[in-house]
Parts: sequence; structure tokens; C-alpha cells
Amino acid sequence: MGFKTFPGGIHPRDYKAFSKDKNIEKMPVPKKIVISLSQHIGAPAKPVVKVGDEVLAGQKIAEAGGFVSIPMHSSISGKVTKLDKFRHPTGTLVQGIEITSDGEDKWIELIDDSNYMELTAKDMKDRIAAAGVCGMGGAGFPTHVKLSPPEGKTIDTIILNGVECEPYLTADYRIMLEQANDILAGLKILMKIVDAKNGVIGIEANKPDAIKFFKNLLKNEKNIKVVSLHLKYPQGAEKQLIYATTKRKVPNKGGLPMDVNVVVQNVGTAIAVYEAVRYKKPLVDRVITVSGRIVKNPKNIKARIGTFYSDLLEYCNGTTEEIGKIISGGPMMGFAIPSLETPMTKGSSGLLLFDKKEAYKEKEDVCLRCGHCVDICPMNLVPSLIAHHVRNDDWDSAEKFGVMDCIKCGSCAYVCPSNIKLIQWIDIGKIKVSENRTK
Amino acid sequence: MSILISSIATLGILGLIYGLGLAFASKKFHVEIDPKIEKINEILPNANCGACGFPGCAAYAEAVVEKGVEINLCAPGGTEVTKHIAEIMGMEATTTDRKVAIIHCQSGGKNNTNFKYDYQGIETCKAAILISDGPNACNYGCVYQYDCVRACNFDAMHIDDNGMIIVDKEKCTGCGACAIACPRNIIEMVSIKKRVHVLCVSEDKGAISRKACGNNTACIACSLCVKACKFDAIHVIDNLARIDYEKCVNCGMCADVCPTSAIFDPLKEVRAQKKAAAKAKAEAMKKKIAEQKADENKEEK
Repeated sequence: MGFKTFPGGIHPRDYKAFSKDKNIEKMPVPKKIVISLSQHIGAPAKPVVKVGDEVLAGQKIAEAGGFVSIPMHSSISGKVTKLDKFRHPTGTLVQGIEITSDGEDKWIELIDDSNYMELTAKDMKDRIAAAGVCGMGGAGFPTHVKLSPPEGKTIDTIILNGVECEPYLTADYRIMLEQANDILAGLKILMKIVDAKNGVIGIEANKPDAIKFFKNLLKNEKNIKVVSLHLKYPQGAEKQLIYATTKRKVPNKGGLPMDVNVVVQNVGTAIAVYEAVRYKKPLVDRVITVSGRIVKNPKNIKARIGTFYSDLLEYCNGTTEEIGKIISGGPMMGFAIPSLETPMTKGSSGLLLFDKKEAYKEKEDVCLRCGHCVDICPMNLVPSLIAHHVRNDDWDSAEKFGVMDCIKCGSCAYVCPSNIKLIQWIDIGKIKVSENRTK
Repeated sequence: MSILISSIATLGILGLIYGLGLAFASKKFHVEIDPKIEKINEILPNANCGACGFPGCAAYAEAVVEKGVEINLCAPGGTEVTKHIAEIMGMEATTTDRKVAIIHCQSGGKNNTNFKYDYQGIETCKAAILISDGPNACNYGCVYQYDCVRACNFDAMHIDDNGMIIVDKEKCTGCGACAIACPRNIIEMVSIKKRVHVLCVSEDKGAISRKACGNNTACIACSLCVKACKFDAIHVIDNLARIDYEKCVNCGMCADVCPTSAIFDPLKEVRAQKKAAAKAKAEAMKKKIAEQKADENKEEK
């Protein structure tokens, strides 16, 4: 089994053993949920319900706010109790819709269109857009937009991202084992929509059973293949995954995967696409990993979008020690959040809890000029220099050294022997430079 | 011996040729520099703070002489420097008030503020405000990572025992470097003559900002100050009282009626004491008169 990979990258301990062998559990309907109106990249959705309205599970409660936007659906049945600003996992306050459950979980009528593969590409795309599907790996880019390349650009390969290179997270791994057929059906739909000849599923070497499982499933498929990848972070980043699986290099300075005729989708998104096209089922639930050393019962949970993190943790029987840090997403690229009273979104792949000792940060020291960060940067940047320029408010130099190409994987800060918080500085640089650009 | 003479002669002649060449070049390519520029440059404080809007003192001196830029832009130099420049340029000095930095948040310093979470990131306010609108419970106030203190070139900002930032008004030159460094925009350059300030920036509703603030200095937007002001100089906009410094006359009426200590006036207590003293005096007088009247009544009886 030849493993493929990209240049650079790091090897963090994966800590997946906590939840790796736990089957996906369906969580009972929570009492209260909050559907955030900005769960995706692009314009926020516009609410179409009022306080006091009765809604069914799967009913549209907000419409797309533009082309690069998605509609939102209620994930439970009940009553709209509040339209207000709520904390988003990224830490900002955004508009949300609070729904209190009636405890009955009544659904809208779903169809079962077994001839779904005979639909036209446009119909399929419409169903995906109407179901509010966005990328479920974390960034949350609206899927129907990704599947609409501008004229003149053709897509020949769809890559499914089953890498899950972030430590702790096992949600994608579990759905690959438990819902493999749905993933393949989703992949075929995606390939039909953009008329792509090839499908690739990229899986890292630490999931040998998933690789074997898919290889067996794909014995008779000519166009779809499984690519087994070296265990390395950030293999699941779009550009790195494209290089690792197809040896195509997405150009720096704002290049997109479609420039090299590729679209990348998360395996979770593929399932959502399949359910949207076949059953017209809106994206109202997802699998999320709740993990960490201090969690009593780490689990992979299929939960409704909008469920509060506190409810998820309660379902895992709480923690054994005092919580020192809460992270929404993976430990490398996730967001530290101040409170568990935060609703999960379509992009929430994990909820991680650490005690004070695990969350402890060493003091920053001076740069030793060892060059570790330069060696491992998957985007071939010089993180130490960029951070230095940002520290001195020298935005022009930071931009010249490619601060905008940084994918914020955090590998540089991980390897730094002086504990310099490189990625945090670079992140500020990215924000400032993009602010200056829009000025 | 001949080697010695020939080498000295060679070097001597070469030196002479190059010397002549340099002398010729310095005459031929001579650039006229206005002596005023050098003179002004000597007077300027040479802190290169950039408060004038030019990249350094030399650039400002050049701009004054060659482009006729206004001569009172040097904030650290103040009126002294303006006067000197006016002398050199043969102009009349227009004096401006010295400005100092006012931090519109006094939530009690790092040790007294209510925090939502323990911030462990990099030591800069720019980063601290990115996580859930900053670590402190108030979404508008100072996050105490001290970008402004680091930005100050004149040692005019200090951190006290409570972690609060104190502006040394003697040393502050009003260059505005701290205001630019502050990502929350809570530092303002105000004329040193102005004494009354609103020390709150929270645009949240009264109950929320009062709860979030650690020091009872939150503005609760009760509008009592607006009613008290006789000069139309204070207004409540977006749940926050704001002073119009153009109209403010330092009377401090707003500070007297403010139910929290959001409006700061150093003379407020002095006035309160005076008022109390006057009241006590008046009451004593009243008592005296009443006693006298009672005595008179008795005598009449």
C-alpha cells in the first residue's frame, strides 16, 4: 500500500482512541435549540418566521440571503421563542432563532425518489441549495456554489475528504464505516452535477479499516478510487489534499481548486448531498465528536443542528474534572469558546474539553532562528518572518511575505521550540491586511 | 631611497587629483538647502512620533518650509516649538490648546474588572478582542493587554497596582499614538482644559452594562445628565452619554446628577462638600432663627 502525501506538515499525537470505537449515537431531541443565521461563509440567511410561530422539524425558517448563502431549517418541532443575537462558536454575536421543542419531533413530509440519478444536474443542484447544504468540514462554504464553476472552467475530479487529520476528532471516521454506501451515492451525485469523470476518496493511514472497507466496496467501480495517505497534519486542508491525491498544485495568491479542475468535499457533506437529492431532506443534523481526557463518556453523537454544547456534554455524562478550556472543532484549528451555552452549527465537527493543566500555555521565548517553522509550513511560507512583521505593524511586508496564503493550520506554532504563538500573530496579520485591502 | 620618493610622489599626486575632482564636484553639483529647514529640524523634539502626519521630524520641517504646511502641528513640542517655528518663518504663532489622552473606560483595572474567561493568548489587545468580543464581561471596554502603553513614546502611560492605565498629563504630548494603537477606540485626544469626561464606552443597555462593569462606572443611559446640562453639550446616543467638547464649559452639572460614576469631574467631591457645608450652615441658621422666634414668643407671653 503506497502512501501519498504533500511536502511539509507535522505529526501530532492523534488522541483518537477516546472515541474511535464508539458507534454513532442518536441524541434525543433537546428541549431548546438556537439556529444561527450565519453558519456558513457568505451572506447571513434572512428569517421567515416570527416569534410564536409553530414549526416542524425540517421546515424552512430562514431563506438564503444571496447566491453565496444557504437557507436554514428548524431541526426540531416546536415554537419559535426568540429572535435575538446569540454567541456563535467562532466567538462573535450573530443573529439566531431560538426554538423550544414540543417534545413530539414532528417532521415535514419527506419523499423517497429512488430514480434520483435520472434527475438533471440543475435539479440536483436546486435540491442541494434548498436543503441548505454547506461544507461540513469546518469552513462551511455553500455546496451549491462550489458546484457551480464559472464558465470556461471544467471539473474532472471530485475529491472526498475523509482525512480527518485533526487530533481527537472521529466523526468522519465513524460515518465512513457506518454510512459508506450513502457517501458513495453522494459522491456519484456530485460527479454527475459537475460532469466529473473521476472520484477520489482520500483517507489517512491511521484508519486502515476504513481504507480496506472502501477498497472492497469499490472493487467494481472503475472511476472511483481510494487513495491512502500518509499520517500527517494538515493533510485534510484543501490544497494539501489536492496535491497529495492528484499531484496538482493550486496556485498561491488566491488560487482555487477549480483552477486545477478539482472540487473537494467532506465525506459528511456527501451524505448531506445524498439525503438532499434523494429524500429532499434538509441539513438538520450532523455527527459531532465530544471528546477529551476529562470527558466521562467520549462519544460520536448524531445531534440536531442548534443543540447547545452543554446538552451534548450532559449526554456524555459530563466531565470528571474542572473544565479549563472548551474548544469547538479540532484542537489545531478549532475555536476556544468561553461558555458551553453555545449552539452547534453545520460546521461543528467536535467539542473538546481540557482541564487546566492540558490547556496550560508556556511563556513565549525569543526566536532561535532554528527554521523548524519554515521546514514544516505546508504553504512554503516563512512564518517567523511574517509574525515578526505583524508584531511591528508592518502590514506591507507581511503581505509581501505571503500572509494571505497562510491556511492557519497552526503547524508553525506547534513545532516552535520557543513557544512563540506564531499562528496567533499571523492570524492578526491576515485580518489587518484584508481590512486594509477593503478600505 | 628612490623607491620612497617615487611612492610618496605617486600617492601625493593621486591625492591631489582626487581632491581637485571632489572640490570641483562639490561646487558643480551643489544642492541649495534652505537653512530654515535645518533650523526648524533642530527645534523639533526629534521624537519622530508622527503626530503631525509626516514620517518623522525632518519631513515635517521640510513640509513647513517648502509646502507651507501649518506650523502648529507638532503636538509634543506644543506652543513653545510653534513659537520658535513662527520666529524662523517670520509668521505669527497661532496657539492651540494642548491635548492629552483620555481613556474612556475606568472599569477598575485588570484586578477589578469582571472577566468572561481567562485570556491566555498573545499579549496584544488586537488579539484579545477577537475571542468572543474580548475577555472582559463588557463588550466595549478596555481589555487590559496594554497596546497603548507600549505605543507611548513619551513614558506618559503607566499601569497602576490594580492593572489600570494611568495617563501622566504632564508627560502626555497628545501625539495620539495610543489612540491609534487601541483596537476598541476608547482613547480620545481632548484639550487639557476640559475637565469633565464620560468614562464609559458601553453601548449595551443599562442593566447589561452595569452588570458587566466591575467598578460601577457604567453609563446606564438614564439621561439625567442631558436634562441637567444647560449648554446642550451632552447627549445620549446608542445607550451612551457623549459630551460635545466644543460646547462643554466644565460646569460639572452632569457629573453631579450621574447616579453611577460614569461622568467624571475631579471637582465633583469638592463641590459636594461645599454644597453640604452650605446646607449645614443654612440649616443652622434656620434653627437659630426658629429658636430666636420661640424666645420672642415666650417673652411676649
